[in-house]
Amino acid sequence: MRKFFNITFTLVFLLFFGFNSMAAEKTAKLLSPEWSFKGFFGKFDKASLQRGYQVYTEVCSACHSMKYLSYRNLYEPGGPEFSENQAKAIASNFEVIDGPNSEGEMFTRPAKLSDKFVMPYENVQAATAANGGAYPPDMSVLVKARKGGANYIYSLLLGYDDPPADMELDDGVYYNKYMYGNKIKMSSPLSDGLIEYIDGTESTTQQMAKDVTTFLAWSAEPHLETRHKTGFRVIIYLIILTILVYLSMKKIWSRVENKI
Amino acid sequence: MSDHDYQPASKLGKWFNDRLPLLTLSNHLQEYPTPKNLNYWWTFGGILTFCLITQIVTGIILGMHYIAHSDLAFESVEHIMRDVNYGWLIRYVHANGASMFFLAVYIHIFRSLYYGSYKSPREVIWIIGMIIYFLMMATAFMGYVLPWGQMSFWGATVITNLFSAIPFIGESVVNWLWGGYSVDNPTLTRFFSLHYLLPFLILGLVVLHIWALHVPGNNNPIGIEIKKPSNDTVPFHPYIVVKDAFALLLFLIVFAFFVFYSPNILGHADNYIEANPLVTPAHIVPEWYLLPFYAILRSVPDKLLGVIAMFAAIFVLVILPWLDTSKVRSAIFRPIYKQFYWFLVADVIILGYMGAMPAEGTYLLIARVATAYYFIHFLFILPFLGKKEKTLEVPLSIIEPVIGGSPKEAMAKFKKEI
Repeated sequence: MRKFFNITFTLVFLLFFGFNSMAAEKTAKLLSPEWSFKGFFGKFDKASLQRGYQVYTEVCSACHSMKYLSYRNLYEPGGPEFSENQAKAIASNFEVIDGPNSEGEMFTRPAKLSDKFVMPYENVQAATAANGGAYPPDMSVLVKARKGGANYIYSLLLGYDDPPADMELDDGVYYNKYMYGNKIKMSSPLSDGLIEYIDGTESTTQQMAKDVTTFLAWSAEPHLETRHKTGFRVIIYLIILTILVYLSMKKIWSRVENKI
Repeated sequence: MSDHDYQPASKLGKWFNDRLPLLTLSNHLQEYPTPKNLNYWWTFGGILTFCLITQIVTGIILGMHYIAHSDLAFESVEHIMRDVNYGWLIRYVHANGASMFFLAVYIHIFRSLYYGSYKSPREVIWIIGMIIYFLMMATAFMGYVLPWGQMSFWGATVITNLFSAIPFIGESVVNWLWGGYSVDNPTLTRFFSLHYLLPFLILGLVVLHIWALHVPGNNNPIGIEIKKPSNDTVPFHPYIVVKDAFALLLFLIVFAFFVFYSPNILGHADNYIEANPLVTPAHIVPEWYLLPFYAILRSVPDKLLGVIAMFAAIFVLVILPWLDTSKVRSAIFRPIYKQFYWFLVADVIILGYMGAMPAEGTYLLIARVATAYYFIHFLFILPFLGKKEKTLEVPLSIIEPVIGGSPKEAMAKFKKEI
């Protein structure tokens, strides 16, 4: 019995160890601030999500789309949890093309809760052309699409620095400590006091980086809170059931002269 | 099998059973005499059945929401993750379920290797098992393509390109597999179709696997033939059922931990980037469970020979019952084989690790040595060892060492083992 446990846990441990060591890369070690959404009971900080949304709309959304998000997500539970009216008001700031109407014409109208986030460019090609040949990636699942996740995005936002003396940078290319190959085509997007937070929080670069990363972590995993909560219940349930079945097993096997 | 004389108690039951003996089958499954000394490594058969059913059920539900089209597949997966009720749960169970399935199947296979379960009279069980394993790999590979992320696309490109190594007809075969001149929408739709089909073939083979098992009955940790039923056996129900249930629950706790707290740790971040034929990822890596074979493939400098080596690595397993010449099944009584067994386990883990590393420098060298050792183990060590090894004395029955308290050295050693 004990042997069984030992081996099972060794296997799980090996799996983790194997994958962690695989993650070792040549770039600088990522910053890892305290994230409220990590751990068994991790939840999103609502205020941070709302500020993060503000950073996204006022800064990132000039180039980056978030095409898998809908305006309704902004008030749904587990997210920034704006009120429904706030979400409606946010949506109505954007224009979407709809149609054709009964005359066969396309028309524009203010966005509704059910609409997807309006994209800054019509398509990937337009976005690439407008950004010096580098496509600003869609940010809906960006946190899950990068090794290092939230830590990576956060680090990248704060990783702009002067290039080392031996590095030549072309026009429109910037040095970033955390970027793969250290060259990035996005100029440093954040600077102290760049935006004015609605809730009055001081908009330091760190603060904005943390808020917008939290927002992106939510957008990549909108059901994270439910997942953590359900997971906890499921595991408790399984443990209790396991104990009960273990006791039944002991009882049943006590009829046979053999240890199990 | 001793249950041919079974008679249902009720008249209706008897009437039905005379026409279709389902009740006889059910009785057989309950009474099935099982060695009473089976340890927890024997619970993985039940766990694997559970894994297969879970994959089929979650897969059918995912299939209701997934769209197999290169323009829509990635988006439909996001739709499942965001908008389908508990879609995130179903998808994470399915994705991690594949990993758990392979974890269990590797334990199941290595249990068989340790206790010699593949030997006569169980060769057919073993071969069916190997076919199941092969189909599992094919199914998992095609399933990984369906989300149409970067790893999906490039993994599919690399693996399907292997067939271009076939002399003369290679190129045509690859175009035929793709349904075009590159991995594209036709490839995706046929992979979806096959990914839906193969699990049902696996299910059928699982039935045969169990049927073939029920002819000679289970092997057991000391690997001797036992009389069934006898003092050495217990009926499958409730003894084995409750033990399997307990092991399954422990397994589920690990499973749940992955699904709820680390659902993406076994995947690759690049697969959350939509497939782009114009951008190649820095490292193209298959899922962890295919890594040992990937390492074997890459450690051979020639493409065709690499492909042959990769398939040969599976094929040597198929013919294993005839490569291992030892008459003694269990490694408990084979002191030298036991050492080599653990070398093999280490070798396969090393191969898996090297499969994840870039194929260059020291990594490549280690992968080559490990590949060579893998084949040496099966093709040279096992046939030779079976003839030369001095095995320990094997007990006559399972209860002998338990009640007899044999003074012999082999017995004492055996008692220590269990």
